[in-house]
Amino acid sequence: MAKVVDARGLSCPQPVLLTRRAIEEGQFPIEVLVDTATSRENVRRAAEQAGLQVQVEVIGDEFKLTLRR
Amino acid sequence: MGLGSPDDAVVYRMENGTLLVATADFFAPVVDDAYTYGAIAAANSISDIYAMGGTPFLALNLAAIPSDMPPEIAAEIFRGGMEKAWEAGVVVAGGHTMDDREPKYGLAVVGTVAPERLLLKSGARPGERLILTKPLGSGVITTAYRAGQASPEALAQVVPWMLRLNRDAVRAIHATSARGATDITGFGFLGHAVEMALAAGVRFRVRAEEVPILEAARPLADLWLFPGGTAANEMYFRQWVTFDPSVPQEVRMLLYDAQTNGGMLAAIPAAEMARFTDACRALDQPFWEVGEVIEGEPGIEVVR
Repeated sequence: MAKVVDARGLSCPQPVLLTRRAIEEGQFPIEVLVDTATSRENVRRAAEQAGLQVQVEVIGDEFKLTLRR
Repeated sequence: MGLGSPDDAVVYRMENGTLLVATADFFAPVVDDAYTYGAIAAANSISDIYAMGGTPFLALNLAAIPSDMPPEIAAEIFRGGMEKAWEAGVVVAGGHTMDDREPKYGLAVVGTVAPERLLLKSGARPGERLILTKPLGSGVITTAYRAGQASPEALAQVVPWMLRLNRDAVRAIHATSARGATDITGFGFLGHAVEMALAAGVRFRVRAEEVPILEAARPLADLWLFPGGTAANEMYFRQWVTFDPSVPQEVRMLLYDAQTNGGMLAAIPAAEMARFTDACRALDQPFWEVGEVIEGEPGIEVVR
């Protein structure tokens, strides 16, 4: 079961903060849901900065990022 | 300036030949203190007149105040704006306030500029040196602070810079024959640098290690606590920017960080750098030499 972080409707840096908290809990994979391109970019870059693999899926107007170690 | 060549403010030639410069800007609070917020917003609005080489003289308040905000808090915002405007020699007379859930404040500002003192984004020429007059980091610091992730000490590092008028920086630029300049605000250092390079049809070589960055911004950048605007800047402007592979990712992002009342970026003729340096010293105006204007495909190359 993937850990899900629902950051839709939140503005930066909240999506990054929630993602970081989930990374610290250490349960992978992590799925992060965001609804803006800027949040998608910030979460993707923050996760890559933390040395994680990131996969981005477009779901309608929203994005799902899957983070793996 | 027509819509075909966007610049920092509109310029209107009056019948007597005087150039009128006009601009308006307002934004939501970047700090908790109402007076400081008002002063920063006013300095930021007035900066667009300086960025054109102009002298501001008149402004109107633009404000949105929540109906449940205590009147004394609202009064502090206006007082901060008015006193900062006064420091700039600007009279604030009237304006308009509307009701909104989130406060917003800024000024519509009018100034004048002599045609030979007009500073344009298109004014940079190959061979000139690039100077920046404030360190970067206000976007990531204020955003992290609002999210409870930055200390009051970190915020205190950036507040004096956000409060600082760009007046003396422009006086020092005017001590030279430089014509290419802009102020660094929402598009970040690289976004505004791209605008200048494209408008002038030149290439900027920026030395990343020479670009001043506030110490407090670095750990926050490591945590990637950038505002959405910074991410948007990177996504849009990266098509014109190349980086040396050795420039760290968080430094690249700091170069794109959306700034509030950031410094002036100007292209100074190399032979006049001594004159510029003397003028800055006389005015107690800090500056950093961050690169140079070169020929080539319009855009920015960031080297170490």
